[in-house]
Amino acid sequence: MTQAEKFYYDNKSVKLFGIATLFWGVVGMLVGVLIAFQLAYPSLNFGIPYTSFGRLRPIHTNAVIFAFVGNAVFGGAYYILQRVLKTRMYSDLLSKIHFWGWQLIIVFGALTLALGYTTGKEYAELEWPLDILITIIWLVFGVNMFGTILKRRERHLYVAIWFFIGTWVTVAMLHIVNSFELPFTWLKSYSLYAGVQDALVQWWYGHNAVAFFLTTPFLGLMYYFVPKAAERPIYSYRWSIIHFWALIFIYIWAGPHHLLYTALPGWAQALGTVFSIMLILPSWGGMLNGLFTLRGAWDKVREDPILKMFVVALTAYGMATFEGPMLSLKNVNAISHYTDWTIAHVHVGALGFNGFLIFGMLYWLIPRMWGTTLYSKKLANTHFLIGTLGILLYAIPLYWAGFSQSLMWKKFTESGQLQYQFLETVTHVVPMYVLRALGGTLYLCGTILAVYNLRKTMLAGTFIANEAAEGIALRDQPMPKGKHHWHSVIERKPIRLLIFSLVAVSIGGMVEMMPTFLIDNNVPTIAAVKPYTPLELQGRDIYVREGCYTCHSQMIRPFRDEEARYGEYSKAGEFIYDHPFQWGSKRTGPDLQRIGGKYPDSWHYRHMNDPEEISDGSIMPPYPWLLEDDLDTTNTPKKIRAMQKLGVPYPKDYDKIANRELREQAERIAENLRKDKIKADSRKEIIAVIAYLQRLGIDIKQDKTAQK
Amino acid sequence: MKFTNYLKDIHNVSIYPVFSLILFTAVFVGVVLYTFGSDKKKMQGHANIPMK
Repeated sequence: MTQAEKFYYDNKSVKLFGIATLFWGVVGMLVGVLIAFQLAYPSLNFGIPYTSFGRLRPIHTNAVIFAFVGNAVFGGAYYILQRVLKTRMYSDLLSKIHFWGWQLIIVFGALTLALGYTTGKEYAELEWPLDILITIIWLVFGVNMFGTILKRRERHLYVAIWFFIGTWVTVAMLHIVNSFELPFTWLKSYSLYAGVQDALVQWWYGHNAVAFFLTTPFLGLMYYFVPKAAERPIYSYRWSIIHFWALIFIYIWAGPHHLLYTALPGWAQALGTVFSIMLILPSWGGMLNGLFTLRGAWDKVREDPILKMFVVALTAYGMATFEGPMLSLKNVNAISHYTDWTIAHVHVGALGFNGFLIFGMLYWLIPRMWGTTLYSKKLANTHFLIGTLGILLYAIPLYWAGFSQSLMWKKFTESGQLQYQFLETVTHVVPMYVLRALGGTLYLCGTILAVYNLRKTMLAGTFIANEAAEGIALRDQPMPKGKHHWHSVIERKPIRLLIFSLVAVSIGGMVEMMPTFLIDNNVPTIAAVKPYTPLELQGRDIYVREGCYTCHSQMIRPFRDEEARYGEYSKAGEFIYDHPFQWGSKRTGPDLQRIGGKYPDSWHYRHMNDPEEISDGSIMPPYPWLLEDDLDTTNTPKKIRAMQKLGVPYPKDYDKIANRELREQAERIAENLRKDKIKADSRKEIIAVIAYLQRLGIDIKQDKTAQK
Repeated sequence: MKFTNYLKDIHNVSIYPVFSLILFTAVFVGVVLYTFGSDKKKMQGHANIPMK
């Protein structure tokens, strides 16, 4: 007769990840609220580099995605893996390394971003040493997860595990492929890709970071915690199988919908759109599966704040996954892209789906791990209420702002002139920014309530570090009789499941990227486009360092209004020396691709020092330190050599004369400034920034002039 | 001839997505047939794993 084995679940790792989730949640949201207010009150940038919008915005996004959400995913996954596999985690040591390694990445990430060390690629801003550390820690997580699966006492892998496996393998692939970069100092590197290719890889990554870091692991959490909270199994296990395969296969294709109307090849754009529309089906299938699980339990939803949060989370998931495909339609995208509509869309998913699922999970988990009940149901209900109001107050004004921006950008007078200056479209939406910031503040208050409530819960109970359980070893369990379908085999073979998942997600990525990389005519070169001068290159690196891409695009779409406002539409061949690309994804400020030569050097000098002096009502932060800090030219030869390795055609031994040319060009700009009565020092960083800005779009303009 | 050169010679690049769509449809149909053809009790058993 087979005997059940006694063992203990490890709750300590879950506890650590849970506490880290709450801590980083407050930090990330606090930074989010600050930058939201900065958009209405630029004085909150405080005139110092470390608190300027361009540096804080990546800290906010990285903190909420990788710290708040990341820790929640790991904590939830560690809890679920042990319960549905009936075993303790494979290694307590690996769990510890995973936890502390991840926190180390977060702390170093925040510090380096504040200091201006960034790759300039959204949601992948961390520099190369941290990229390597992320890979190592992700591997540790993988070994710990697969080790646990291999020593399990439950033959079938519950569907939540599939989502964790799919997440692990895909995030590993995305992170590695997008992080190919060439280091030239201990903390700086250039992307191995340039221009269009870099954009394609980055948004393949960026989109799928949303898909496989913010969605698939949360579906794993949903498939466990919603049935547990509702005290009934998932509505349809059949749906969950279809949901998993359809979602991971389709999601990976949709990245190019971030690049519609750009210089990306048309076929890749069309592909992104088609698969984005197809995404509605699996996404809604999953959402309905979650909601239908509550059948017969809706009376509980009225009373239980956890179920309320899960319902709002699933509804937000449904809204976001309907809106996402709509935004990928070219005619809708033409209106929404670069506006605050996208920010509203993202936050419905982040605050509604991710945030509320996390809070629901923590309200369910923490009392159980501390052997007690929730300290205050009333406080949790209050959290639910002000969190929901916060989401609404955040999203509605931003939708309004998005529509307003787009309509105003595109409006022409009867005589065929653009009706609004860009600045007018900014000042018009500032009141909406204030409301959005208040919405964010409300949501943050809810989070602080949750921290208080959960802390009191912990204090009221006794933490159960090792929770007793029992189960029969797999070797003592009889194999199911009869013929086994191929799918039921992979349902209990984790490595095969991993391989199938990898194949499913690889196909989309390969089909999209290989032709762009390998077929020449996808990125036609333009003879007039030349590499940046050493001073321009230095200026470009400062542009990246200050996070200018968080507010300015460098991509003019082929629309009448954009050509009238910014100049000729962008060509793929214009970006072939851009490591990394800087197309941006939001126009809080105007597009800069053809800013070169539009204003004199003195305009840029004064504007960077105090934007409001030049443009009354501007919300751009001031950059006075650029006028004070000397440009570090010691690394110019290294930068030139790195660019040469990446294929930028600088002449042989150019690195040896690069600084001489840099000084000559800097002196010419300083001389220009002196003519306009500005006592400029040619050694300052501002000179390099001016050189870069004045270069943007110039190659094509000069080429046209020469042809005339 | 290098692998990259083979790919450079491909004129009709649209075959890639068409191939993938067919592949997706085939896998999707396979999974649907499997899930809806499989034993209800077995599926119920799997769904009950978190409830044990």
